[in-house]
Amino acid sequence: MTKALNGEEVAKKIAKKFPGSIAAADKAAVVVTSKSLYQVAEFLKNTRTLDFDYLTNLTAVDYTDYFEVVYHLISLRHNHSVVLKARCYDRDKPAVPSVVSLWRAADFQEREAYDLMGIIFEGHPNLKRLLLWEGFVGHPLRRDYL
Amino acid sequence: MAIRTEPFILNMGPQHPSTHGVLRLRVTLDGEVVTDVELVMGYLHRGIEKLGENRTYAQIIPLTDRLDYVASMTNNFAYVLAVEKLAGIEVPERAEYLRIIMAEMMRIANHLMAVGFFLNDLGAMMTPVLYMWREREKLLDLFEMVCGQRLTYNYMRIGGVSHDIPEEFLPALKRFVAEMPGFIDEYDRLLSQNEVLLARTKGVGILPKDTAINTAASGPVLRASDVKWDIRRADPYSIYDRFDFEIPVGTVGDCYDRYWVRMQEMRQSVRILEQAIAQLPEGEACAKVPQLLRPPVGEVYGHIEAPKGELGFHLVSDNSIAPYRFHIRAPTLINMTALKDMAIGWKVADLIIILGSIDVCLGEIDR
Amino acid sequence: MPLKEIDIAEGLKINSLMEASQQPIPDPDKWLDEEIRRNVLITTVDYVLDWARSRSLFPLMFGLACCAFEMIGAAASRFDIARFGMDIFRWSPRQADLMIVAGTLTWKMAPAVKLVYEQMPEPKWVIAMGQCAISGGPFRESYSVVPGINRIIPVDVYVPGCPPRPEGLLHGIRKIHEKIIRESIKKA
Repeated sequence: MTKALNGEEVAKKIAKKFPGSIAAADKAAVVVTSKSLYQVAEFLKNTRTLDFDYLTNLTAVDYTDYFEVVYHLISLRHNHSVVLKARCYDRDKPAVPSVVSLWRAADFQEREAYDLMGIIFEGHPNLKRLLLWEGFVGHPLRRDYL
Repeated sequence: MAIRTEPFILNMGPQHPSTHGVLRLRVTLDGEVVTDVELVMGYLHRGIEKLGENRTYAQIIPLTDRLDYVASMTNNFAYVLAVEKLAGIEVPERAEYLRIIMAEMMRIANHLMAVGFFLNDLGAMMTPVLYMWREREKLLDLFEMVCGQRLTYNYMRIGGVSHDIPEEFLPALKRFVAEMPGFIDEYDRLLSQNEVLLARTKGVGILPKDTAINTAASGPVLRASDVKWDIRRADPYSIYDRFDFEIPVGTVGDCYDRYWVRMQEMRQSVRILEQAIAQLPEGEACAKVPQLLRPPVGEVYGHIEAPKGELGFHLVSDNSIAPYRFHIRAPTLINMTALKDMAIGWKVADLIIILGSIDVCLGEIDR
Repeated sequence: MPLKEIDIAEGLKINSLMEASQQPIPDPDKWLDEEIRRNVLITTVDYVLDWARSRSLFPLMFGLACCAFEMIGAAASRFDIARFGMDIFRWSPRQADLMIVAGTLTWKMAPAVKLVYEQMPEPKWVIAMGQCAISGGPFRESYSVVPGINRIIPVDVYVPGCPPRPEGLLHGIRKIHEKIIRESIKKA
């Protein structure tokens, strides 16, 4: 059984290493500030006790006053999982750092989130529309797209 | 002395025989050697995620059928499991078994097509496909018996399955389970030691273990690279912890290993089917669930081991009758990330095989 | 040309096609008219020609989505489309005269469908297979789906179903045969 790690405990470990990087934490998920997302992701991947080597799922949710980028991480060795989140409040130009250099699995998923939700992943090597065509107006998965 | 030529960009698709649908590849070639592959997709982007936000939880089930249309039943399965996890619904025992039976039948049907079309890409034009289509038709008949459709079943419901199996189903399934190992043996004799198949697939398109994990490949693609990761075992959902089966893994992660893993998985699915038929209890086929389900506020990520890999549904609920956000983690889309690693350095003809060995389904890639 | 410019040019093509095809193209269904005036000589020539054409259709393999699987099912040994003189699915539009559009058509794919249709030599026929090809089906209200392929190309026969069974497709092919039988070279 994949053990879902307690978000609060993981958040404590992160806060010890990077003070001020945690925006919120509950049992289910750790929310980090978008500025420190890359550092935290690197920490989660390269720490031996955590060892999150497998980025299962990456998606974005539009909560109208902010966007939430959700990362589902699994460690194949320890068979445990954690949910990492980052929020961006700027509706015109929501941006989070890209994690492609850590997990290449993020490549298409970040492009998809950019295409459908309009989130800019800074540092992505080839950030362009994945499913829709160039010249399509708007990002259809936003709540205000009709 | 190697002769360098101008890089040449070859456009494959979207209407192309070997792209399994409407995928498009922009291949950069040096002579005949692939130096870069760029995937262009979205030719079947139907906006299922957006449509899902405007439908009730039960109305989404038919939409999930049309994701991976080669294996519709497992899509239903993954979705209803995610909703049940979100709403905390208990499923009757018999329904659990019926779901497992359907999912494993679907796995066999999918792998038959995966292997068949893989050999088609190899150049064994139509013969293996026609053989395997023969068995798939038998499975489709069984599915038709339970839900009246051949391809898009809409059989699973939140809290169970839509209705119990008819009485002629179990004898027919038992007959199929009894004869299927013989057919797999037949394919093995025909294919597995075939000189041409070995020459074209052994050592071609190797996906190293660490790349496979880093690109989050899943399903047979991951297991062929010698990673023993099967969600049925690693994170048992439904009642998979009650069955005895093995997880076949490959050794180097070449095209042959991916083919071989699929062949072995069919045998294991037959084993699971045998056990499930023997243990099938009597009882209700569906729990009492309100028509307009309003799950509590929250979010859930439910995943299963679909035939093509890890199929996940990320649902966000705001306590209304429709999900607030409905995201699909499609296995083939993410498996395609590694295509570039596998294909570079090989010839165009090998690229076709490598693509075939991933077992792509465009309904799922584009959604 | 750099790839980015190709992308932009293709996007423009899609957008302009989207604008131009907001209305369905009327079906070429004069064939339903029973009173086709024919003169004696042409009738015989017509008869031979139409008989030959209808008995050896060359379908184009154009599977877009789910329905493609039922189309392959129709071609496989159980339903055996070869009974109707359609042994081989052609992969090149230049060798085909029947286009079976099987599956959902998106705006991104629409220029390719139009191009492939235009590449087919005359005389040619089109079957819209499945709900999606007929009207967009369950995805009709989606932002990226063409609500019916008759916005892009004229359709001769519609085969409903989601997806239609292979028998359904075979019935549609019989309808195409009926249509071809009534055609006259005078018109062409």
